[in-house]
Amino acid sequence: MIQLKVNGSSRTFDGDSNMPLLWYLRDILGLTGTKFGCGMALCGACTVHKNGQAIRSCVTPMSSAAGSQIVTIEALSMGGLHPVQEAWIELNVPQCGYCQSGQMMQAAILLKAKPHPTDLDIDDAMAGNICRCGTYQRIRQAIKLAAEKSA
Amino acid sequence: MKTIENVSRRRFLRGVFGAGAFVLAVRCVPVSLAQGVVDALNDANRATFHPSLFVGIQPDGTIYIVAHRSEMGTVIRTSLPMVLADELDADWKHVKVDQAVGDKRLGDQNTDGSKSVRTYFNTMRECGATARMMLIQAAAQRWNVPALECSTEIEVVVHKPSGRHAGYGGLASDAAKLAVPPKDQVQLKKPAEWRYIGKSMVSIDLENLCTGKAVYGIDARVNGMVYASIEHPPVLGGKVRALDDKETLKVAGVKRTISIDPFKPPAAFQPLGGVAVIADNTWAAFQGRKKLKIDWENGPNESYDSSEYKKELFDAAHQPGKVIRSVGDSDQEFGRNKTIYEADYYVPLLAHVPMEPMAALAEFKDGKVTVWAPTQNPQAVQAIVSSELGIPPESVICNVTLLGGGFGRKSKPDYVAEAAVLSKKVGRPVKVVWTREDDVKFDYYNAVAAMYIKAALDEKGKPTAWLQRSVFPPITATFDVGAIYGDPPHLAQGWTDLPYDLPNLRIENGPAHAHVRIGWLRSVANIYHAFAVQSFTDELAHRAQRDPAEYLLDLIGQPRTLDFTNVNYPNYGADYKTYPWETGRLRNVLEMVVKKSGWARKKSETGHGFGIAAHRSFLTYVATVVEVEITDDGNIRIPRVDTALDAGLVVNPEATTAQFQGAAVFGTSIVRTGEITAKNGAIEQNNFYDYPVARITDVPAQTNVYIAESLAPPAGVGEPGVPPFVAAFCNAIFAATGKRVRDLPLSSNKLFA
Repeated sequence: MIQLKVNGSSRTFDGDSNMPLLWYLRDILGLTGTKFGCGMALCGACTVHKNGQAIRSCVTPMSSAAGSQIVTIEALSMGGLHPVQEAWIELNVPQCGYCQSGQMMQAAILLKAKPHPTDLDIDDAMAGNICRCGTYQRIRQAIKLAAEKSA
Repeated sequence: MKTIENVSRRRFLRGVFGAGAFVLAVRCVPVSLAQGVVDALNDANRATFHPSLFVGIQPDGTIYIVAHRSEMGTVIRTSLPMVLADELDADWKHVKVDQAVGDKRLGDQNTDGSKSVRTYFNTMRECGATARMMLIQAAAQRWNVPALECSTEIEVVVHKPSGRHAGYGGLASDAAKLAVPPKDQVQLKKPAEWRYIGKSMVSIDLENLCTGKAVYGIDARVNGMVYASIEHPPVLGGKVRALDDKETLKVAGVKRTISIDPFKPPAAFQPLGGVAVIADNTWAAFQGRKKLKIDWENGPNESYDSSEYKKELFDAAHQPGKVIRSVGDSDQEFGRNKTIYEADYYVPLLAHVPMEPMAALAEFKDGKVTVWAPTQNPQAVQAIVSSELGIPPESVICNVTLLGGGFGRKSKPDYVAEAAVLSKKVGRPVKVVWTREDDVKFDYYNAVAAMYIKAALDEKGKPTAWLQRSVFPPITATFDVGAIYGDPPHLAQGWTDLPYDLPNLRIENGPAHAHVRIGWLRSVANIYHAFAVQSFTDELAHRAQRDPAEYLLDLIGQPRTLDFTNVNYPNYGADYKTYPWETGRLRNVLEMVVKKSGWARKKSETGHGFGIAAHRSFLTYVATVVEVEITDDGNIRIPRVDTALDAGLVVNPEATTAQFQGAAVFGTSIVRTGEITAKNGAIEQNNFYDYPVARITDVPAQTNVYIAESLAPPAGVGEPGVPPFVAAFCNAIFAATGKRVRDLPLSSNKLFA
């Protein structure tokens, strides 16, 4: 029996402990804001927060999520919008939007660690998140805008 | 050709509009739709000639506008309803957009070919204007005043002489009783009166896209559903010879396995066949699949090998082919002992890899199928599900979810058909989810292409004769096993329509057999054709020691309309009188981008170069300048891209800008790493580690988009940014390094090893 907290709620799971957190969130809990993109931690679409760190849920087995606090895009901000979400909306970042949950979850952790990220910081933090529509230019601008908003 | 009828009491709209709603349907049979570039390949689309676009107004004032095109990030489900709302004088903030199911009465729904706005702009305007006119008429009758004395403001009809006004909602039931005015009596707004058309508008889905609430096909859920993952034959046309699923059935959560029949050639949109694992959740289905033991009978495509195939393509490219267009006498001019310059260009198979892999949910019940799918073409879904299950197309309800990227892949609903076939066999709703590996290995690839170009040059380095020959397995082969030559619509994509003013010109195409499913991908044949033509032009400019932009303008020549008399030039399915090929417009965007990018001041030097290219596709004229910086170890940065476009009237400039920014990134992937290869008939690539796409560190730091002011009929914006970017990027690399990229991508090009 695996116990964990997802978006503040206590949960238990008694299925296959090798199941990646991604499929637990999506198929079992119905939290579909976290996306499947590659299954190999190559694209970042499945990024969630585990104990305050950005992780790829597609390669995180439930066994290693045991006892942790998980936050998904649905609860990135418990009240209103997170500054990252505000910036994403203000700069009209998404096209298809599929990768953007992962992008924003990753960006939120970047800003927590580095409230005023340089371009190089943004490169380092965001290079694991693919956007096939090609919204990168706006993602970079939005991270800088979110940094201003949080300041 | 077009009639508008009042359909307020029609049953089929009951789900969308409540009782008493005032509903308009526009039915039209535009002949041009029958000539669509891609549609002509598709029986389902060929049969769809009765478009009906809808607007509904409730007595409480709620305005519904139906979006019948699919949303994959182009903002089309905002931009088209916005056009209707404008003519209606609706308040955009109040409009509720309803996503249509697949329904041929709505007209063509294949959201592909960059044609949503151009094919539906006028219809949406007429639909909005007709509704507005009828509301005015209803108010005029109520007040017993001439309709001509009435006008509208936002959602109210106003009678200025008496100061009376009435809201749209209150007029809805009266308007519903009126006869629809004939089309020639419907007055459209003048452009100066537009509220929304031509203004930047963000997606109606923007907030949902930023909060995880947006629902894509892979997110669809219904009670009692099971999950499926399918092991497809590794080689196209392969079959299961023997199956051992004992270990699979031991995996926790796996319920059963189901064999899916191989397709009957041609492949078209049929399921590929193979073995499906049905399970309680996606993970269990994936795990079960890994335990399958399948002995495959690969069939004749087993001999397909990309490196051998490349040689075959070039063998064909170096022999006389089928003549597509000819001017003057090229052979005679080549024979005159002139300076001859020639080059080969190559672009490999390309995969779409949208971020959302193929996925669909289907429920077969009582002889009917309901699907929820991220599809660009819901009517093709109806057609293939109907033929796979032997039920009428009308018995297939296709709900269109948001698409996590499409790029042309999701116009081909093989994955939706799989879900429907499995649901019938399982007796429960089934969600099919492809892995990324499935997506990479079982795509409808953009064709691999070999191009040969030869020019005879005068003493100033200007061509006096030009021969170009392309060879690629045609998309038509996916629908007709015998097809080996390029079809006119795809040859027309940047090949037939070489816009240069040349005394002697011959354009040819050679044969090639397809061994994988070939399909269309964002800008399609324009990718390889524009790469070859615009690279070759740049080569000639450098050879002549002339400025590439000025040389390109010189070859394009004076402003004129290209003459395609006796040439098969489908012009993207558009009427040539309405959308002529005007070289003046290509010149104009070239001059625009030269000016805006500061081209004249920018001198290339070692490690720092500027490249330029210009191309018309999907009826839109585009010119692009790319700046590159290259370090000694071959690391390429793209500090800046400038792109100018003339797409005629642009309905939504913000969405258009985003599309051209995205196109530069899409083109970056093609140039840097885009390559699918086959060995022993099977695709060699698997996932983003061996089919990489551009990341934030690879892409242009800044893409500036300049939109030419125009009231010409609207043209495409989703695809046309890709082709000139690809060529301009490679031309910039030459300017910075002296190395000419003739084989894409850079990652397998020995120049940069």
